[in-house]
Amino acid sequence: MGILDCTAVELGKKIQAGEVSVREAVEAVIEQIEQTEGTYHCYITWDKEGALRQADLIQKKIDAKELTGPLAGVPVAIKDNMTTEGMLTTCASKILGNFVPTYTAEAVRHLQEAGVVIIGKANMDEFAMGSTTETSAYGATKNPWNPEHVPGGSSGGSAAAVAAKECFFALGSDTGGSIRQPAAFCGVVGLKPTYGTVSRYGLIAYGSSLDQIGPLCKDVTDTAVVLETIAKADEKDSTSILRNDTNFTAALIEDVEGIKIGIPRDYFGEGLDPEVSAAVKKAADELRAHGAIVEEFDLSLVDYAIPAYYTIADAEASSNLERFDGIKYGYRTTEYEGLHNMYKKTRSEGFGEEVKRRIMLGSFVLSSGYYDAYYLKALKVKALIKQAFDDAFEKYDIILGPVAPTTAPKLGASLSDPLKMYLGDIYTISVNLAGLPGISVPCGVDSKGLPIGLQMIADCFNENVLIQAAYTYEKIREQLQERQG
Amino acid sequence: MANVITDETIEYVGILSKLELDAAQKEQAKKDLEEMLDYIDQLGELDTDGVEPMSHVHPLCNRFREDVVTNGDDREHILANAPEEKDGTFVVPRTFD
Amino acid sequence: MAKEYETVIGLEVHVELATKTKIFCGCSTQFGGEPNTHTCPVCTGMPGSLPVLNKQVVEYAAAVGLATNCDITRHCKFDRKNYFYPDNPQNYQISQLYLPICRNGYVEIETKDADQNAVKKKVGIHEIHMEEDAGKLVHDEWGDCSLVDYNRSGVPLIEIVSEPDMRSADEVIAYLEKLRMIIQYLGASDCKLQEGSMRADVNLSVREVGSEQFGTRTEMKNLNSFTSITHAIEGEKNRQIDLLEAGEKVVQETRRWDDVRMESYAMRSKEDAQDYRYFPDPDLIPVEISEEWLDELRAKQPEFRPEKIERYKKEYDIPEYDIEIITGTKRMADIFEEAAALCGQPKKVSNWLMVETMRLLKENNMDADQIRFAPEHLAKLIQIVDQKVINQTTAKEIFEVMFAEDIDPERYVEEHGLKQVSDEGALRKTVEEVIAANPQSVADYRAGKEKAIGFLVGQTMKIMKGKADPGTVNKLLKELL
Repeated sequence: MGILDCTAVELGKKIQAGEVSVREAVEAVIEQIEQTEGTYHCYITWDKEGALRQADLIQKKIDAKELTGPLAGVPVAIKDNMTTEGMLTTCASKILGNFVPTYTAEAVRHLQEAGVVIIGKANMDEFAMGSTTETSAYGATKNPWNPEHVPGGSSGGSAAAVAAKECFFALGSDTGGSIRQPAAFCGVVGLKPTYGTVSRYGLIAYGSSLDQIGPLCKDVTDTAVVLETIAKADEKDSTSILRNDTNFTAALIEDVEGIKIGIPRDYFGEGLDPEVSAAVKKAADELRAHGAIVEEFDLSLVDYAIPAYYTIADAEASSNLERFDGIKYGYRTTEYEGLHNMYKKTRSEGFGEEVKRRIMLGSFVLSSGYYDAYYLKALKVKALIKQAFDDAFEKYDIILGPVAPTTAPKLGASLSDPLKMYLGDIYTISVNLAGLPGISVPCGVDSKGLPIGLQMIADCFNENVLIQAAYTYEKIREQLQERQG
Repeated sequence: MANVITDETIEYVGILSKLELDAAQKEQAKKDLEEMLDYIDQLGELDTDGVEPMSHVHPLCNRFREDVVTNGDDREHILANAPEEKDGTFVVPRTFD
Repeated sequence: MAKEYETVIGLEVHVELATKTKIFCGCSTQFGGEPNTHTCPVCTGMPGSLPVLNKQVVEYAAAVGLATNCDITRHCKFDRKNYFYPDNPQNYQISQLYLPICRNGYVEIETKDADQNAVKKKVGIHEIHMEEDAGKLVHDEWGDCSLVDYNRSGVPLIEIVSEPDMRSADEVIAYLEKLRMIIQYLGASDCKLQEGSMRADVNLSVREVGSEQFGTRTEMKNLNSFTSITHAIEGEKNRQIDLLEAGEKVVQETRRWDDVRMESYAMRSKEDAQDYRYFPDPDLIPVEISEEWLDELRAKQPEFRPEKIERYKKEYDIPEYDIEIITGTKRMADIFEEAAALCGQPKKVSNWLMVETMRLLKENNMDADQIRFAPEHLAKLIQIVDQKVINQTTAKEIFEVMFAEDIDPERYVEEHGLKQVSDEGALRKTVEEVIAANPQSVADYRAGKEKAIGFLVGQTMKIMKGKADPGTVNKLLKELL
């Protein structure tokens, strides 16, 4: 087994044991990037020299027993909407094309303290607005399973980098499915934590009330380890939560006996690809066979999640993105007459189409005369959706369903019809509205050879049960695959 | 109930969001906005009378800082990315006459 | 017959709170400093930065609310007010629209009617909300551009919105003075109009006397002194009446008062939509003020001026006029009470404050709240005069130093050898010299010109550099002559 075939935790062990040096790990990743990056384009920025410098520093600390954790020396990719001191952070937008932050996002800082090597900044949909990583101002990322297809989005670069072995794990962010959906499309594990679990300080906001940072990994074990590393309360983020139940690796238990799993009938209606449906149902059957109590139920309100989500997310985005004005940082148009013309030209030239579309919708729903009808209404619907989940979690430990209605679409197939693209978020979006944790684990491959993802959702602060179920399912699947040879 | 977005509305949204669109972009934006608003209108089907709008999912409150100075002079960093800088300030087009 | 008009005025008063740090970050609020040296990613709107609320801001805002008879909102929230302007780094201001911290209050003001009789009136307070201040924009004299300094960006403000209850500039000034007094007593702000720590926007409309309905109002900004407020009210009132008399309509708009040209002008621009798209700030969670917290805040409310005046009248034997002046600022009253308690001589403390302190304040163009000397130093000064360690002349000199630098008078006397000489033996030689050197005055005195002794005392004091005890000198002179 080559270095690149290791999971992050396996690599970490080899590094601690002295079997692999940090430099060897970094060099292996860089060699891989040099070979495959031209095809996949997972990164906006990657820094060979910087990574090697970090490698040597970290190796010294490992040798001095200052770094003994499981992630010390592991090369990672960071989604390009998290600030990294001294390293270009663009949010995949022209408007931040030259932005070099002077501060590092809290979640990234926790990884650095754990001794990871940051290889570079992963490609994404511009400002995390999109489901395909095609809205990036720096070109689309391709799906490593089939480069004619998208990797999903918005954390498409992060998911593809893990799948293409251009890193050992990555951080992504999830506002409406942006970790789980690309994880599903690229056949990796992706987890969106309970809102407030990971600090948002340094995460360039899209929809502040929905955004959460989370890991994209090769397996559930890596996911638990990374989450444990980044899940820390932060005094700089008023919405972060002090939790004393973040010992997530303790949940890596192969046991689903008695776990109650609910499958929303509403998730298996029109629009769901039959192959995805079959794979997800098969996964549920396997869990049942291993002792889980699985039943179908009606979640309700599923169709209303998307309109509520786009109203809230775009309203927040329209405000969050006002700061990009050509004054303090980033792009400024070259020719202008006066202040307002400078604003308008800078922003019109600096933002891409999808971002502008969402800013305009968001500005409209907040504008005088429409606030109550749209924005406030959406916040009320959000309360109803949260209630529907609360009711469901009275009965179930886990809600199980697909991540996305289809496997990864072909490049260029989604952008022409934004509304259709939005509809693809139907299974992931309500999780963000309700602040819940959700995980995407691979559960099969369709006839086109593209991976299918299984989504499991738990009540707030119940990542442990999620990790336990996902870990168990992963083991079941491994055994099945071994048996099938 | 189909929404109709007028030229004036698109112009107005452009002023609010500081975006400048050419004629073709305006037409596209009108169409996109109409389509999205029609779609969002389905929220009207739900009876939300008496429902408290939910801004935050967790019922948290009172996150405070103590009134203690923790930051020093960080001007060099703050100005590091400025498109135009002069004497420690950000330069902007003239704002008053 | 000409119509009679009534002016209807409401005020939006912004007050900069006296916190050490900004409302949402740990940057200093100190005045001055090179541009952008009191800034961080939060108060310059850097991507990914997040606000965290300064608890002291809530305490000050609630304290002002309690002192102005407001209901305190037990569950309040912050909203974003969205508008593009370079002094506002995020292009939204964090403020409170939907659930401001205080509502439904009032203050009582007193004005004089035409016959100089005191008239009392309540001015309603609609709400008080917390918000962040903007940065500073200065025009660059060398280029066609403006320069932005974010040192003030994020400094905490409260905005006190009155009901349209005022009818004249006099009432407006009385209202502002009342607010200023209350807030200064709370220590929540120094409330200086000139320096911008208190700013008033005037909403004004006119209507025919007897009319029940309000006319269309305008809002005037940029008023930084009581004089300019008075002028602006007068000017705007006349402008609106002229419009109505000419059969035209008043347009609801924001106007900027120009103190030099003595007129206001509209601040309209087609790029200003005045549609702020307020919505709850998702980066901040609600503030819950519990009954216990509220009780603590109530307990912390200081004694305000009216109660203080009553107490002084009972406790101290000093003139009412002095009480008025001393209680005019919290700083002066605090110094008075402490110094009086320490030296047990309220009358003397009051004299030092009323005469020397007031003189020096005036000469130095300072306000009473800028007084630097510690009350214990004033008390000590009074004591060492009483103990004849120094004489009154020396005391005045020392007080000037104390006023400027807050020195310890006792130590200062030591260090500068200013102890007065009252030892007869030590003084006798000097007095004899003075008598010998001034035969004319001696002759005058002996001829019955009592006043001539004054000159001889003066001469002695001069030689002694003011340190002689005048009583002893007098006694010796009389004895020797």
